[in-house]
Amino acid sequence: MTNIVEHIKTLLGGEVFFLLLTLGSFLLGVLLYKRTKISLLQPLLVSMIIIIPFLKITGIEYQVFYEKTRLLSFMLGPSVVALGYVLYEQIEHIRGNVISILTSVFVGSLVGILSVVLIAKLFGADRLLTASLAPKSVTTPIAMNLAENTGGVPSLAAVFVVICGLFGGLVGPLILHRIGVKSSIAKGLALGSASHALGTVKAMEMGALEGAISGLAIGIMGVMTALLIPFVERFF
Amino acid sequence: MIKGTFFILLFYLLGEIISLLLNGFIPGSVIGMVLLFLSLLFKIVRPEWLKKTATVITRNMAIFFVPAAVGLVAYVELLSNSLVTIFSAIIISTILTIIVVGLVQQVLENKIGAKKK
Repeated sequence: MTNIVEHIKTLLGGEVFFLLLTLGSFLLGVLLYKRTKISLLQPLLVSMIIIIPFLKITGIEYQVFYEKTRLLSFMLGPSVVALGYVLYEQIEHIRGNVISILTSVFVGSLVGILSVVLIAKLFGADRLLTASLAPKSVTTPIAMNLAENTGGVPSLAAVFVVICGLFGGLVGPLILHRIGVKSSIAKGLALGSASHALGTVKAMEMGALEGAISGLAIGIMGVMTALLIPFVERFF
Repeated sequence: MIKGTFFILLFYLLGEIISLLLNGFIPGSVIGMVLLFLSLLFKIVRPEWLKKTATVITRNMAIFFVPAAVGLVAYVELLSNSLVTIFSAIIISTILTIIVVGLVQQVLENKIGAKKK
């Protein structure tokens, strides 16, 4: 009898259980998002809202959870590499606009990083916080990687990326309308550059071209930001 | 799927090696992404080799962030102490980025369009 209890204990402390917990919370998030369409209910956020209290209540160390779900975190790197294919798929949309697109995303990336770092510094943020904030406009796996490289915290960066994405997706279309941006390429590019995948969701609602360009902007923004951050890093 | 996985991992490894040589200046995954993109562009790698794997991986990307994002648990105090900083910085910077990219792109497009005429 005690044998069975021991076995169950081992199972509950093993990879299968923690992977189920993660996949289950995520699925619940997908379901909630589909049902309610409330953009705050991102599957990633829902998973955090479920798993963080779960770890707190059961007293399981974060390190244990992280180790047991290694399989998922490992995929972060390959998924960034796979974006290269997505970028390639969208290449037809940018013929004739390559230079203008690269220029505007470059300027946007520079303004985005400098402004977020400057404001954070004005409020007295330390290096840890500043380095986690700097890559807020790029897609989560790249942002986490960049934050870690510069002395920030990947998980903080992930949360800031989501906040930035939610906010930009919410106000982006309004701002673009206000300042009189009418070009589809410009709209998609602005949403994708400022708010990555969550901006792209909004861009897709505006139109197919906006959506495709926005997806493209995610990749370009990731590369530009990765190139720029080492130069801005000294101000962190 | 296996072919796609092979090439994605191959480019990831190449990216990591180059990143190492550059002292980690740019993350290996980002270099791998650029290399994969260029290889597709210059027809070194065929898109159909990657289509399936790349689509599956990128469509479900968000799940891969969960373990790291849960790491937030250790920083709850820092977060609640810096809420004003965080929100001001993110909100202002995001608005600026949207305005700058939108306007610069539109102005450049109009200029190029005018030249063509």
